[in-house]
Amino acid sequence: MFRVLFEQTADGQLYIDWLLSGLGWTLALAFFGWWIAFAVGVVVGIGRSVQNRLAAALARLYVEVFRNIPVLVQMFLWYFVLPEILPSSLGNAIKQMPPPWGMFFPALLCLGLYTAARIAEQVRAGIEALPKGQIEAANALGLSGYLTYRHVVVPQALRLIVPSLTSEVMGIYKNTSVALTIGLMELTAQARQISEATFQTFTAFGAATLIYLALALIAYQTMMFIDKAVRIPGTALVKDITGAELMEEPKGVDRLPVVMEAAQ
Amino acid sequence: MNSLDFTIVLQAWPYLWSGLLFSLALTAAAFLIGMILGTGFALVQHFEIRVLNQIVRGYITLIRSIPLILVLFWFFFLVPIVLGHLSGNGRPIPIGATYTAFITFGLFEAAYYSEIIRVGLRAVNRGQFEACQALALSSFDTYRHVILPQVFRVASPIILSQTIILFQDTSLVYVLSLTDLLGAASKLAQLNGRLVEMYLTVAVIYIVISSAASQCVATLRRRYALTGAHR
Repeated sequence: MFRVLFEQTADGQLYIDWLLSGLGWTLALAFFGWWIAFAVGVVVGIGRSVQNRLAAALARLYVEVFRNIPVLVQMFLWYFVLPEILPSSLGNAIKQMPPPWGMFFPALLCLGLYTAARIAEQVRAGIEALPKGQIEAANALGLSGYLTYRHVVVPQALRLIVPSLTSEVMGIYKNTSVALTIGLMELTAQARQISEATFQTFTAFGAATLIYLALALIAYQTMMFIDKAVRIPGTALVKDITGAELMEEPKGVDRLPVVMEAAQ
Repeated sequence: MNSLDFTIVLQAWPYLWSGLLFSLALTAAAFLIGMILGTGFALVQHFEIRVLNQIVRGYITLIRSIPLILVLFWFFFLVPIVLGHLSGNGRPIPIGATYTAFITFGLFEAAYYSEIIRVGLRAVNRGQFEACQALALSSFDTYRHVILPQVFRVASPIILSQTIILFQDTSLVYVLSLTDLLGAASKLAQLNGRLVEMYLTVAVIYIVISSAASQCVATLRRRYALTGAHR
């Protein structure tokens, strides 16, 4: 079935080389995008939880904007709109970036900042899930606000939310395919190109599907491994991947059974 | 930096509006199909019906592991072939991108809704089932009148949040060249060269609709929390 992948393309490569190069772009987007998302998401998530009104409002605004625009529209904003509204010298410099990079960087920023908004909500939920006594104990020990967050609140919150971050990891590698709309030849785009060149649609899409499945498995296992390694003893969160994935607002599933009992 | 001219958006409004209506229609249809199928999928897993259970689990895992764009491509390619086989003469029946989009989003969302409903089913108190048995309700009546209504009620905030995500995801029909809200804007932008105004307008429309809907869901959630607290 997959024999066609080892045939020569018009440009002298094998079709499987196209697929692998697509996989490379997909992985690069997902990996570097993830670290942008994680860094920004943690900062914004902390911002959501602090007393400072201005910081909280800005963080809220960030989340509202980046979560409520479809990722495809955001992709277009970064790729088409940003260079136009910047001062023209800077805009032209962006437009003149050589082909794959001119699409890669907007896509990277787009995915990173979009996922950051979702991670921020998870981080906030994690911080809110901590018992009040933790912060009070930190106060009693004379820790400043900064030190409380740095050594008490954030480390614990991050350990709590590993299961729900799993769905964000899965989300970002799936969303890398949106980059094909601005012309980046990632995995899905390459699969389509192979299907158009060979008419072996089943093979081309099948190969891409298998690769995505493998990536999902790896991402899931890695996150479960991390969860096991860092989980706070005695906390039983929704471990189920599906339960974690359900959560737009991460509290919902934890609360579901409680509400269910209350409704009776 | 060119000066922005948003009067172009006013001229384009009827076309954008029809695009928005298509996005909403697609969302509604996918919601209906997805909920009906998703409930079915959840029940199959809940009852652990042999063979069917494994097929459904496999389907859900697969759909949730690959990007929606790839799913769209798959269905765009597969649906005519499958329909051809179903109709008997074996020749592919082209049904056009619009119907493909409706079918794809319905089947795709079914996987997500079914996971929500499955978790909801698991959360129902055992006593509910025992009470139904005590009342001599048939198994059908138990689910129809007692269990499922509670699941829907309690899971409704999550189901609605998922539907907001679905509404945003419908923009991906762009890859099938359909004229949803984003498709309409992008076609006009290519005609009149006003990319900036068009895409900014679309972004604002999406923000307004999605955050209004999120606010409604949040209100709903609070109301449920209150009822719970008073009981």
